[in-house]
Amino acid sequence: MAPTMRFSDTQRLFTGKSAPISGIGSLLQRLYLDGPLLGGLLLVCALGLIVLYSAVAQNMDLWLQQCVRLAVALVAMIIVAQLPPDLMRRWTPWGYLAGLFLLVLVLVTGDVGQGAQRWLDVGIRFQPSEIMKLGVPMMAAWYLHDRQLPPRFADLLVIAILIVVPTVLIAKQPDLGTSLLVAMAGVLVVVLAGLSIRLILFLGLASIPGAYVLWQFMQDYQKQRVLTLLNPDSDPLGAGYNIIQSKIAIGSGGLFGKGWTNGSQAQLEFLPERDTDFIFAVMGEELGLLGVLSLLCLYLFIIGRGLFIAIEARDTYSRLLAGSISLTFFVYVFVNTAMVTGLVPVVGVPLPLVSYGGTSMVTLMAGFGILMSIHRHRKLLPH
Amino acid sequence: MSLTARIKDHHSETRLFVARVILSSVIGIILLGTVVARLIQLQIYDHELFAEQSQGNRVRTEAVPPTRGLIFDRRGRVLAENLPAYQLELIPEQVPDLDDTLARLAGIGLIKEEDIPRFNGLSRSGPRFKPITLRFRLSEDEIANFAVQRPRFPGVDLQPRLVRHYPDGELIAHAVGYVGALSTADLGRLDAAAYSGTSHTGKTGVEHFNEELLHGHVGFQQVVTNALGRQVPVETRDFSDALPASESPKPGNNLYLTLDLDLQRIATRALDGKRGSIVAIDPSNGEILALVSAPSFDPNGFATGMSPSEYNALQNDEGRPLFNRAVRGTYPPGSTIKPMLSLAALEVGATNLTRRSVCIGWYSLPGSSHRYRDWRPEGHGEVDLHDAISQSCDVYFYEISRDIGIDNMHLYLDQFGLGRQSGLDMDGESDGLNPSREWKRQAFRERADQVWFPGETIIASIGQGYMLATPIQLANAVAALGARGDRFKPHLVAAFEDPITGRRTLVAPERLPRVNIDNEFYWDNILAAMHDVMQSPTGTARAAGANARYEMAGKSGTAQVFSIAQEEEYDEDEIAERLRDHALFVSFAPLENPRIAVAVVIENGSSGSRVAAPVARAIMDQYLNGTDDAL
Repeated sequence: MAPTMRFSDTQRLFTGKSAPISGIGSLLQRLYLDGPLLGGLLLVCALGLIVLYSAVAQNMDLWLQQCVRLAVALVAMIIVAQLPPDLMRRWTPWGYLAGLFLLVLVLVTGDVGQGAQRWLDVGIRFQPSEIMKLGVPMMAAWYLHDRQLPPRFADLLVIAILIVVPTVLIAKQPDLGTSLLVAMAGVLVVVLAGLSIRLILFLGLASIPGAYVLWQFMQDYQKQRVLTLLNPDSDPLGAGYNIIQSKIAIGSGGLFGKGWTNGSQAQLEFLPERDTDFIFAVMGEELGLLGVLSLLCLYLFIIGRGLFIAIEARDTYSRLLAGSISLTFFVYVFVNTAMVTGLVPVVGVPLPLVSYGGTSMVTLMAGFGILMSIHRHRKLLPH
Repeated sequence: MSLTARIKDHHSETRLFVARVILSSVIGIILLGTVVARLIQLQIYDHELFAEQSQGNRVRTEAVPPTRGLIFDRRGRVLAENLPAYQLELIPEQVPDLDDTLARLAGIGLIKEEDIPRFNGLSRSGPRFKPITLRFRLSEDEIANFAVQRPRFPGVDLQPRLVRHYPDGELIAHAVGYVGALSTADLGRLDAAAYSGTSHTGKTGVEHFNEELLHGHVGFQQVVTNALGRQVPVETRDFSDALPASESPKPGNNLYLTLDLDLQRIATRALDGKRGSIVAIDPSNGEILALVSAPSFDPNGFATGMSPSEYNALQNDEGRPLFNRAVRGTYPPGSTIKPMLSLAALEVGATNLTRRSVCIGWYSLPGSSHRYRDWRPEGHGEVDLHDAISQSCDVYFYEISRDIGIDNMHLYLDQFGLGRQSGLDMDGESDGLNPSREWKRQAFRERADQVWFPGETIIASIGQGYMLATPIQLANAVAALGARGDRFKPHLVAAFEDPITGRRTLVAPERLPRVNIDNEFYWDNILAAMHDVMQSPTGTARAAGANARYEMAGKSGTAQVFSIAQEEEYDEDEIAERLRDHALFVSFAPLENPRIAVAVVIENGSSGSRVAAPVARAIMDQYLNGTDDAL
């Protein structure tokens, strides 16, 4: 690092160059953890737990369960952070194949939860589709690692297959939301690898007939969600109910909110799925615009830090993977908030780190563990 | 693959990557900016709209029904009150097995087997958390029985509520009437807003007529509800902004009736096992002292709810207990109209007080062989008007009827209130029938039937033929006789009282047009003849009038239900009970400034003087002496 280089305050925050040389700092260093990223994550989790306490109607049992899950997820993150990127890269194909195998297994034997086969019971119940949220971008990054970038057309076809197979398997469970997110994680790798802008635009146009094909494959309830988004008032007591109540909750919160645990929409059960997919509406109602903007700022900080780590990463695999994980996290945040505010269809994407629920949180934190590992094994010198 | 292709240009790769990260960030910031813009739109620009919607979402205005006014008799004894009663309720969502629960409730006798399908239907319609009422009012035993077994019936519980209760229901059923569950028809008639939250309304009698006074004013409160419309317990209600104001209900007015419960009791007892009616009026102001129709029924059944079979049993009873004979029953008045006709005859000059006539037991119109019989086959011998009243000689009235003429009869009987509703403060009164030439012209379609025949005047003179009167009309008419022509609108409500301020409002007696006979000499003589009916050795009702401690005046009547052929004898024992004559009696006492007038009608009672007169005597004894020594 050249001593003459100047960092603005913001840059310092993202880069962590001024990390405290305290006991905590050395502990983080020894655990391969990244201070700024960890700080941002813990702040989001803390805010999330506060909101969740209100959203589960002060049910201590549910709230403590979430605390336990969070602790498990943090442990997972710390464990993953210890794995060097090279090791991860070598094991990537095997992990990907194991994920595919489990997805097939789910379709054959999986437990049915809420009308969809997503769960696999192997001592503990978990969703193999969660593995693929990391497995697909890792596999795409693995494939591109020692290839020339930007990727050639033949490489693109191979990666397309690597993405489409798990996506289709997950969509058949059926879990449209997760399958789209998995595909998105893979596509982001390719985009970051330098997929030509012209091709992206071309694919964008080609997706219009693709959307039509997708429409044919969609379940009735999924079609209904799309139709209802276009006009939620057409079915105020049925499918449009969620989005109408969610908008009322957020809108009635105003600038400062109705106060923690005082949201009438949330507390009186007008707001459906308020502890899971619609927890952002609870926050908007009770903590107001200032509350949700604070959360969005924290998210932005985490994503920014993640992208910075990606830029500093040592090799292609790490770079693409870190970039994809960061951008996927952004997609989660965007899709959930846009869905709850009625901008996109209700596809069942939880608000990361805040919504009640286990598997997705472990996956997310494992992803951040990967980011931290990449950061600790970054290039030693800036170019 | 060429060698160059394999060589990675790390420098350019990194630049490409950074460019893509910057591009993604820009797109990301635009997307997130959209969300932020949307949030600002929802939370700042449209905030008021959504705040209003969320308020409407959770606050519901709930009606608080008022307490119905109480009803007292003239001495302040309770006739209708509101008692806390326990009703059996079932909350569908809390019942694990509805069919099993209902079957077991029927098993311990709390509900009837036949009602199970109805309750099944009720609990499957409507919100699952809304209780349905299985029984309106449980007895002490049933409450105890259920309380012990309650653990066996999750979702079924006892609920306290106010139920209208008539402590002496059978005695006052037709006068006070009853309340019943609001029907769709009631809701169409009443102001739905004023009755939100109210379950019952007055259906008949005083309860019905004075509904507006009794009902009170509905209040409302704001309750916080959740998405299912279920009220939220108090502790979670404290949401930041205050609720709109609530308003307490205003209880209905208490009514003080003119009725005397003692007279109701005596009248009811006197009619025990009979069909008939008794109406007693204070001639000086039109206050109804007693109004009874027999057989009676228990109005509490309507207030607490009856099963369809119980209701049908009441509806189909041969004695027609639900029929209010006092105001709706129409009977030929028989000889009870003779004092009024006598006054009319004197006034129009059809007879005078000294004219005498020989009664031979029958009368024929000139040029006709048809015999109009007297009730006494051997005749009354030589009688004047006074005797004709006290002995109830029919032939004398047959004779003078031709000179009075049907139109004069109609005119004067009309002045006494026959043939028109008395104006009693109760709905459903019958008109009765006071015939005239004009009436007959309009009542019949065939031209031949529209002609008034001389023979019809003759039978009208003894209150037969077309003539019909209700007990309330007869009572009001005899009250007018006793008051020497002064008439009042009969009424049941003496006063009403605002339960909050305690202020009482008296209902002023309302005068009706006087009977247009001003010669006091005529009144003296006719009333004296009515006195002799009771207390002269030849009076028809001398047995009923014997040993009275006051001067009593009356007139009996016996109304034919069924005409016997000429030349045949009327033999009471041989005639089926339902074809026997109706027994009527009208009376007032004391002779001067009478305080009570009574009309008694006993269906198929055979003889007015023998059967109906003692009943009137008993009521008068109670009212004037404070005892009922005659019964």
